[in-house]
Amino acid sequence: MHITSEIITHIFLFIALYLEVFFLITYFEFRDKEHNLLILKIPKKWPSVSIIVPAWNEENTVLKTIFSLLKINYPKNKLSIIVVDDGSTDNTWKVVQRFVRNKQVKLLRKENGGKYTALNYALCHIDTELVGCLDADSYVHPEALKRIVAKFEDIEMMAVTPSIKIFEPKGILGFIQKGEYIFGIFLKKVFYHLNALYITPGPFSIFRKSVFDKIGHYRHAYNTEDIEIAMRMQRNGLKIGNVHNAFVYTVAPNTVKTLFKQRLRWAYGFLQNAIDHRDMFFKLQYGHLGIIVLPAAGFSFLSTLYFFGAIIFDWLNSFIVAIKKIATIGLSFPKFNFDLFYVNTNLIVFVSIIAVVGTIFMIVTARKLAEEKTKFGLDSILFILLYTLIAPFWMLKALYNVAFAKETKWR
Amino acid sequence: MEQHGWKKYAYTFLITAVIFATAILASNYFSQKKINEIKNIESRISVDILASETQFSLLSELSCKDIGNSFLSQELAVLGDKLAYTEQNRGSDNEEVLNLKKYYSLLQIKDFLLMQKIKERCGGKTLSLIYFYSNVENDCKDCQKEGFVLTKLREDYPKLRVYSFDYNLDLSALQTLINIYNIKDEQPTLLIDDKIYYGFKSIEDIKEILPILKEIDKQKAEEEALKTKKATTTEE
Repeated sequence: MHITSEIITHIFLFIALYLEVFFLITYFEFRDKEHNLLILKIPKKWPSVSIIVPAWNEENTVLKTIFSLLKINYPKNKLSIIVVDDGSTDNTWKVVQRFVRNKQVKLLRKENGGKYTALNYALCHIDTELVGCLDADSYVHPEALKRIVAKFEDIEMMAVTPSIKIFEPKGILGFIQKGEYIFGIFLKKVFYHLNALYITPGPFSIFRKSVFDKIGHYRHAYNTEDIEIAMRMQRNGLKIGNVHNAFVYTVAPNTVKTLFKQRLRWAYGFLQNAIDHRDMFFKLQYGHLGIIVLPAAGFSFLSTLYFFGAIIFDWLNSFIVAIKKIATIGLSFPKFNFDLFYVNTNLIVFVSIIAVVGTIFMIVTARKLAEEKTKFGLDSILFILLYTLIAPFWMLKALYNVAFAKETKWR
Repeated sequence: MEQHGWKKYAYTFLITAVIFATAILASNYFSQKKINEIKNIESRISVDILASETQFSLLSELSCKDIGNSFLSQELAVLGDKLAYTEQNRGSDNEEVLNLKKYYSLLQIKDFLLMQKIKERCGGKTLSLIYFYSNVENDCKDCQKEGFVLTKLREDYPKLRVYSFDYNLDLSALQTLINIYNIKDEQPTLLIDDKIYYGFKSIEDIKEILPILKEIDKQKAEEEALKTKKATTTEE
């Protein structure tokens, strides 16, 4: 048992290190090329864009979202905003009426059917070249759209994703998420260069309208239509890009319960979509996505759970020993003698140190991409220390739900 | 996938393998260093014992007063702790660990014999015990508990010499010791003053068997009382 678990641990460590090295190499490979790309190619003619705002009981946030869209630096006659009231039971419809005379804003209303139905409903009323979506809890940087649209100068580019940051993070949970989102910016950049982005995030991913004509509209996809559409695009060889300085700010869940719910939906959605598209794993025809990125996502799920399990098992063991000790000799605190001899020098310690150094490098790079003022922050520390301790909870629940076919809810 | 893509996978593998190998080397280097440290302690103890033995034989009329605390090696306990830690990390069937353990057991026996000799010549009360344990899984359920008790005793009474032996260790000298005292294969076993005690013994049980521990307790209490008394008189 001891030897088996040791071998599994070492295999997991090796694969984790392999993935980290692969992603870092990819980053370095494209760093200089990226620099040239940053010089914005201004299109001769800005294409027309529609942004869909699906809203269900968003009376408090929807206005702010629409105003942030109206403030975007983009030719007004080329940008339309489509608000879809997805059968709200609050005052959302009433609140958005103030835009009824605004030529840029179109108001639609339908019976409640979930986010993907709202998006599809809007798609039927759109005839612009580009189309995107913005959730009612997100705000856009004024330059984001121009930066994204410039990417469509590449005629093969079919969708472009932004960089998402947390809007005014609060509390420990807010900062952990801030660190996580910034780290995500690095990964997205790398996945883009590998042509392996498999999520076009709800907030402000922009598509060519022709994508939906070619591969069909959004699907329910376990409430993660943004994973499913991206997977379907990849399956059909449609290129997805990323602009790291096109910032979108999203409001983070600030309670354990809401965060858990959101992440459970994501983790469950990823697993279910991965199962639906399982034939893409380890397939040459899907390039780096099939060979490394999708398997890596699955692996990170598995390894997080494995190491979490190992830590819990270890803690439980120590706890039982401590209880036994107290029961035998009562509460006693041994004299603390520091001796270098007792410093753990197992392989796992050295590999972990190397892996953490790699992660810190990624974070520092990501912070630069994210235009953060400092190289490292409290959020990065909290992310490194705490994320792997909380993520296993929704991962486990997601696995449980997949195994017992339990659906997750939006909220 | 294009040629270039595959090359990257291969290079990544190579780099990862080099990093991994370096980590293995570093880990091995430090664990070897620890083994060497144990070996060093063992040879120091060995020299100590040999020196004491020689001194003892040379001066047949050695005054019992000359035999102080430092006559017996003070490092045996530290060695025992480090060896136990290494055994836990490397596994008890590791060849190197086994050899170190055998040597450690021999040193303990020699130390024990020397102590017996001193006792014969100079008298005095026993302040030592021999403990037999077993590492075989499910063989000795109370060994962990007995270990807690003995560690605690050693902490509370630094002068108490605890000799611990793995009953199943393949070492002829140890087996002879087991045969001489006719110790059955039932761990935990304590051997105190030539008497054998089978089964778990609590701190209180051992204090009953070794009354000198109680005397030490009394002395400590008296010293404590004296100190408090002194403190109160100075305050007055």
